[in-house]
Parts: sequence; structure tokens; C-alpha cells
Amino acid sequence: MRTYRADLHVHTVLSPCAQIEMIPPLIVREALEFGIQLIAITDHNTTKNIAAVQKAAAGTELVVLPGMELQTREEVHVLCLFDTLEQTQDFQKEVDIALPVIPNRPDYFGEQFVVDETGDFIESEDRLLLTSTKLSLRQAWEKVEQLGGLFIPAHVNRKTFGLLENLGLVPDDFPILTLEISRHITPAKAVVEFPQLKGYPLIQNGDVHGLDEFLGSNEYFLANATTEELRKAIQGKENRSFTYNI
Amino acid sequence: MTIMTLDQIINSLGLTVLTDLKDFKSLTPSYGYTSDLLSCVMSGAKNQGVWVTLQAHNNIVAVAALLELAAVIITEGAMPDETTVAKANEQGITLLSTEKASFYIAGKLWEMGLRDV
Repeated sequence: MRTYRADLHVHTVLSPCAQIEMIPPLIVREALEFGIQLIAITDHNTTKNIAAVQKAAAGTELVVLPGMELQTREEVHVLCLFDTLEQTQDFQKEVDIALPVIPNRPDYFGEQFVVDETGDFIESEDRLLLTSTKLSLRQAWEKVEQLGGLFIPAHVNRKTFGLLENLGLVPDDFPILTLEISRHITPAKAVVEFPQLKGYPLIQNGDVHGLDEFLGSNEYFLANATTEELRKAIQGKENRSFTYNI
Repeated sequence: MTIMTLDQIINSLGLTVLTDLKDFKSLTPSYGYTSDLLSCVMSGAKNQGVWVTLQAHNNIVAVAALLELAAVIITEGAMPDETTVAKANEQGITLLSTEKASFYIAGKLWEMGLRDV
């Protein structure tokens, strides 16, 4: 068992809103400099840059979990975290079907670059990624659950794409493991401002769009860095745990 | 103020009733509200009003029940799932559906005389 300082919400240059510096080698270097040993790559509705970041992290102390920040039909953002690229590819197939085909306008939304482990350009993603899929929250939860992943509503207190703004309350039609709060609030303040959050384990991530945005607010005490271990830590089961350190 | 019944609204706008049938002629909504952000609806909509939204998520029932709304009109063909419809029936909330957009429905309701906001 050991402690992992973590940031489970990290974007790459494939997300149109991310900075151009968010390429695999710099993400890995910066995370390690922040004292972070566990990240998840969570681009908007896509998983195409994960393998490159994993390759860039090979041989370092940093563990890179594959993930996605999904935008549901309700315009709610959710972190979907997995362990293997096979799982993310299966999930990507579902998302591709559910994502409307709208061409990206890089001048307005930003560039969407698929890159290799050195950060070199491979291709531009033509489809606009920053838009809602047709999957409802519940449908998305079912798919992630079936694949054995974690389903975590993102920055729930944020005005845009946050669960509480769009849906008012925490949904009760599927089990909620944890909710992510945005970088500008503490768990204690979040519960005061949004009493609906009371009783739910709250995690915080940097929602990292630029290299200076890593937070590492949470430390997880795990046997190893897997989603199953994270699930236990968030639930406080089998001596796994997590703490908030800011 | 024009008094109109929910029955008139359903018929004039060609709305599909998704929940159990009720005596819609006895219901006379007096307010209209439209938003897809449920947090805004919770603070902005009034009792016995009609709420127009394209949000079909389960939570619309909780919000409608909280505010005791007369009905929710779900637009652009968005479909609540079975659980949501069942929950609405349990709570006595009427869910109505249309292929039309929220703007059209709000315009029609205004034209019919539902002008208290």
C-alpha cells in the first residue's frame, strides 16, 4: 500500500480548449514536478491522445489512467475513468455513435491535435469535440459501469457544464460514487454553498488545461493505481482512503 | 387574464401526454416559464405554471414536484425514460411532449394568452 498524489482530470492538445503546451512529454514532466504520481487523461469526448501520454510516462514514476470527459445530453460533463486502452476504445465506439458530426471551427473553438509521445503532430480531429453526445447521464453511467470504469460528474458546482447548474439536484436514478468539485472551491465551502452535496464524497482535480494548472489536491492510499482501488479509497473500504490536502 | 385549461393547451399545441391521463379541463395554469437549467427553474418558475424545456432528465420530475407545476412540456422530441415517466406518475406530475422547439411552444402559449411570467 502506498500514497498517490493525483490529478484525475487532465486535458491534452486534443481538447480544443487546452493550451498548445499540453503535449505528452510536458504533461508528464510537469505532473512529476508537482509531486503527482497518478493522472488521468480526460479529453472532451475523445481518447485518442491517451496512449501517447502513457508512452511518454513509461519508465517514470507517473501512472497514467485512460479516461474521457464526456458531455452528456443534459450538457453535463462527467469523468469516465478506465484501466485499459481496450476499455476506452470500447467506450469511444459508443461515444462516436452518440456524438453529432459537426465540423470544428479552430478559429473559434481551438485546434484539436492528435500527437505522438514526443508531442509531434499526427493529425487534426475534424469533428467538433466540445459538444453534447446523445447519451443521457444514466445511459452513460450504464455503459461505463458495464465496462468496469468509474463515473464521476465533473466540476459539479461550475456554472457551465456542471451537474448542479443544469440539473439542480444530484440525480438519484443511479448510484453516485463521488462528485468532483472545481479548482476554485474547497469541499467544505462547496457543501455550504450547495447543500445538495452533503453526504457525497467530494474529490477535486485541476481540470488541467495548461501546464500551471495541476493541483494534486487529493492523495489516495491504494495497493496499486487502478480504478477499482480508487473506488475502494473513495468509499473508504478495506483500509483504502483518500485525503484532501489544500 | 385569459383563463385557459391544460386541456386546451394540449389540444391546440398537439401535445402528446406521456403520463397518466387526468382531468386536464380542471387544471388552469396561469404562468409560463422556459429554461433548460434546472437550477434556474427552481428559483424562477412559479407554482401551477407550465414549464417548457428540452431537458428530459429524471430530475425534471423532482423540480416540477417541488414547485407544484401544472405540467412540463418537453420539446424537440426529447424523450424521458420509463423511470422518469413512472416517477412523474407517482408524484402526480404531467409530462407532455412535442417535436416543436421551445421557442415555438412559448410563442404559441403567449398567443393563447398565457402571459403571466
